[in-house]
Amino acid sequence: MNYELALEKFEVVIGLEVHVELNTNTKMFCGCRNDFGDEPNTNVCPICIGLPGSLPAVNRKAVESSIAIGLALGCEIAPNGRFSRKNYFYPDLAKNFQTSQYDEPIAFEGTIDIEVPSGAVYTVDIERAHMEEDAGKLTHIGGNTGRIQGAEYSLVDYNRAGVPLVEIVTKPVFGAGAEAPELAAAYVRSIREIVKALGVSDARMERGNVRCDANVSIRPHGQEKLGTRTETKNVNSLRSIERTVRYEIQRQAHILANGGTITQETRHWHEDRGITSAGRPKSDADDYRYFPEPDLVPVQPSKELIEQIRASLPEKPADRRKRLQGEWSFSDLEFRDVVNSGFLDELEETVAKGAKPQAARKWWTGEIARLANADGKDVSDLSITPSDVAELATLVESGKINDRIGREVLQAVLEGAGNPAKIVADRGLEVVSDDGALMAAIDEALAKQPDVLEKIREGKLQAAGSVIGAVMQAMNGQADAGRVRELIIERANA
Amino acid sequence: MSELVKRNASELVELLQSGEVTSVELTQAFLDRIEKLNPLLNSFLHVNTKEALATAAEVDRKRAAGEKLPKLAGLPIAVKDNLTTTDAPTTAGSKILEGWIPQYDATVVKLLREEMMPILGKTNLDEFAMGSSTEFSAYGPSRNPWDTDRIPGGSGGGSSSAVAGFLAPLAIGSDTGGSIRFPAAVTGTVGVKPTYGAVSRYGLIALASSLDQIGPVARNVLDAALLSDVITGYDKHDSTSLPESLGSMVEAAKSGSLKGVRVGVIKELSGEGFQPGVKALFNESLELMVKAGAEIVEVSCPSFEYAIAAYYLILPAEASSNLAKFDSVRFGMRVTPEGNPTIERVMAATREAGFGPEVKRRIILGTYALSSGYYDAYYGSAQKVRTLIQRDFAAAFEKADVLVSPTAPTTAFKFGEKLEDPLAMYLNDIATIPANLAGTPGISIPNGLASEDGLPSGIQLLAPAREDKRLYAIGAALEALQEDVWGKRMIDFAPEVKAGA
Ligand SMILES: [Zn+2]
Repeated sequence: MNYELALEKFEVVIGLEVHVELNTNTKMFCGCRNDFGDEPNTNVCPICIGLPGSLPAVNRKAVESSIAIGLALGCEIAPNGRFSRKNYFYPDLAKNFQTSQYDEPIAFEGTIDIEVPSGAVYTVDIERAHMEEDAGKLTHIGGNTGRIQGAEYSLVDYNRAGVPLVEIVTKPVFGAGAEAPELAAAYVRSIREIVKALGVSDARMERGNVRCDANVSIRPHGQEKLGTRTETKNVNSLRSIERTVRYEIQRQAHILANGGTITQETRHWHEDRGITSAGRPKSDADDYRYFPEPDLVPVQPSKELIEQIRASLPEKPADRRKRLQGEWSFSDLEFRDVVNSGFLDELEETVAKGAKPQAARKWWTGEIARLANADGKDVSDLSITPSDVAELATLVESGKINDRIGREVLQAVLEGAGNPAKIVADRGLEVVSDDGALMAAIDEALAKQPDVLEKIREGKLQAAGSVIGAVMQAMNGQADAGRVRELIIERANA
Repeated sequence: MSELVKRNASELVELLQSGEVTSVELTQAFLDRIEKLNPLLNSFLHVNTKEALATAAEVDRKRAAGEKLPKLAGLPIAVKDNLTTTDAPTTAGSKILEGWIPQYDATVVKLLREEMMPILGKTNLDEFAMGSSTEFSAYGPSRNPWDTDRIPGGSGGGSSSAVAGFLAPLAIGSDTGGSIRFPAAVTGTVGVKPTYGAVSRYGLIALASSLDQIGPVARNVLDAALLSDVITGYDKHDSTSLPESLGSMVEAAKSGSLKGVRVGVIKELSGEGFQPGVKALFNESLELMVKAGAEIVEVSCPSFEYAIAAYYLILPAEASSNLAKFDSVRFGMRVTPEGNPTIERVMAATREAGFGPEVKRRIILGTYALSSGYYDAYYGSAQKVRTLIQRDFAAAFEKADVLVSPTAPTTAFKFGEKLEDPLAMYLNDIATIPANLAGTPGISIPNGLASEDGLPSGIQLLAPAREDKRLYAIGAALEALQEDVWGKRMIDFAPEVKAGA
């Protein structure tokens, strides 16, 4: 169904579960390195592959990171948190139960304000943030579904088994209406920013450090009872989250409007086709037989520890944004542009290295974003640093090069030719600022367009444009177009 | 008492230290006896001949070189086969682990190695320690040296029959509901379940994590204390292990007295359902203690009535989850069914073939007890009973320094007698289970031969959590009084086991 029509008929309720992988040195319950990119099954031990007799021991650092996340989300911290066992059989789960927190999460009852691109701000209530361990990674060989069904055999890499995760669960979010998809994406972006600022996660979505399950339900306006929800699992980019929510709203609206019913189920997002498809139905058969983990004593963070972590929390991302917008004197529109482009950190660093804020903004949200998009790359994959951009901006600001040359230099930096100053020197790109040389070129151009001076004298200043173009061409673009213009006008009025 | 293998561990330690006996001689003497009697008794599932002799030779070499050695260095020991050992298969009495050689040593095994005690082998047990007779071992039952037609108790019947039959001077056991104390009672030996957390469980193949505790099996209280001092202590690998020291049990055992001790007789565990001969011996023990200056007080623990019911909910619940890892994916048996073997079918076929009937029974019970909709009624209620039992203990220990009861309702029964009646089997542990539910320590000490069958009986002493020393002090004092009456050790009444009988 058409999106606008869907919203006319139905109210949207979303809920988000975000898994954040902590970047602790070791795993949640053992001393193995928390590094699952290594050769498969090298970062494993009797504990994380669940050998008989082995016992878990809680990683203190992971607890501290979880507390930091909880505090940053305005949560209460449980003075006595327990782990539980979530029992189910799956070959990536070494013990056939996941050690997780169930009825006693380490953090609960928080809120976070989320600003969407329109500038509207929504308050999202956090239900809980709890600690758990990740499962191993399965690779299914043979068959063509990439799923365990139909595969000839499957490989398991337990390097990821026992990696510490924090799962952040929102309460149902009402009232975002048409902006629900943007809100979902902006929320995940905020969580990413927070955990990155806290330094507790590498927070790279493309690597699965931050993963999102999106719950969507709709109900006719005015109906009190919540609609049946679907949970789309592992949506792994901000854009996909937005698209998933939008798609689910339309899909569900179509079904309901045609007298159908929504099935409570998990769904999968297909980036290529832009649709979700049904996964496993959720039913009463999903009985995880949770019970308190008897091998672990409760986690009892002291008040002192909690206060110590609270005191060391970095500035809240929302506060920081407010501060930076003020310091840089950006309009709301300009600032939102920066935030949405994802270059806020880079921009701050660029300004810190001496660039003017507006110049830095133009480079990052303009040319660099364009080049990144064109290559389909993530910012962090681009080989340009804030120092490079600051250098570039300073070169332009001082008039040593002009904007056009600047773009050329930027391209060269991205191609790995070195830093901007070096490229300018190596290639002799510095603008010609010798008035004599410029005058010679101007005279040459004027000789071919003798009527220009007269037009300028009549007040038609735009007539200078064609002469400027000819001069720039003659100088291979290495001239300060502003200065050329000044000199032409001087000549006309002489 | 001239025969070396029949000497107490404490005496053997002296002989080793003085150089009168070498560790190789001593270890060989036990290995010879194992070779002779194990085919009958089936105490050991695996004998570690080569490794035990290598450790013994190393001790002898160091001693000869005048190097400083740990106290029990050179004294052989047997280890229950639910503790992981890198140099011997570890089966937990189950087919599903047949031939599995662990990649790591249990903390207790590591401590025994550090103490340089030759490990003679791995002792039999009911599969995953589920049972009271070893009849549920996938490798056949162990036999009671007192009467080889009878059970040696369980689950630690391999350790108890090894120690009672002089196949080992000491053994390691594990006690979830009485698996050390019940076998001790029916084989005339001493068995201790320490305070929960006193001994690291790291490397103990879990039955019920919140109930399991490793402890010593010995022929007298001092010997048990010697072993206790080696294996007790905090372990960062077991987050439920106690950070504080409980003191030296050897010192406690050597300084015991009954004078002025308030001995609490648990009303609920002092009569009904107990074999008359067992009851009579219990009363004789009480009289002896009174003569030695103890005061008998009656205490009531009304919640003990619910102990077995609670135990048989908590244990299967935890066990059902602990045993989920036995799925053929990473270790142990793998059965691949005919046709199109999916992972689910391989897991199911393996568990079907690998687990015995008692294990399956308890997995099903536990899975049910944890199911949503039943959790509160079963697991939740059982946990409440646990709290009530702890309160009963706390109230009782206001009035008494130790609590006493017969360890088990009967002497050793015959093979097959209770096999078809799980409930009757479960009742063997009626007196021992409360200590596991409360996390408190208990000891079983032999207190005579029952008049009707001439078989050994045991008395159980219970102390508050972390007060394990009381058990050794008072237990040793009682043991001394009894040996004075008998004129010899309890174990010396045992008939000689005849190989090939
Ligand atoms: Zn590990």
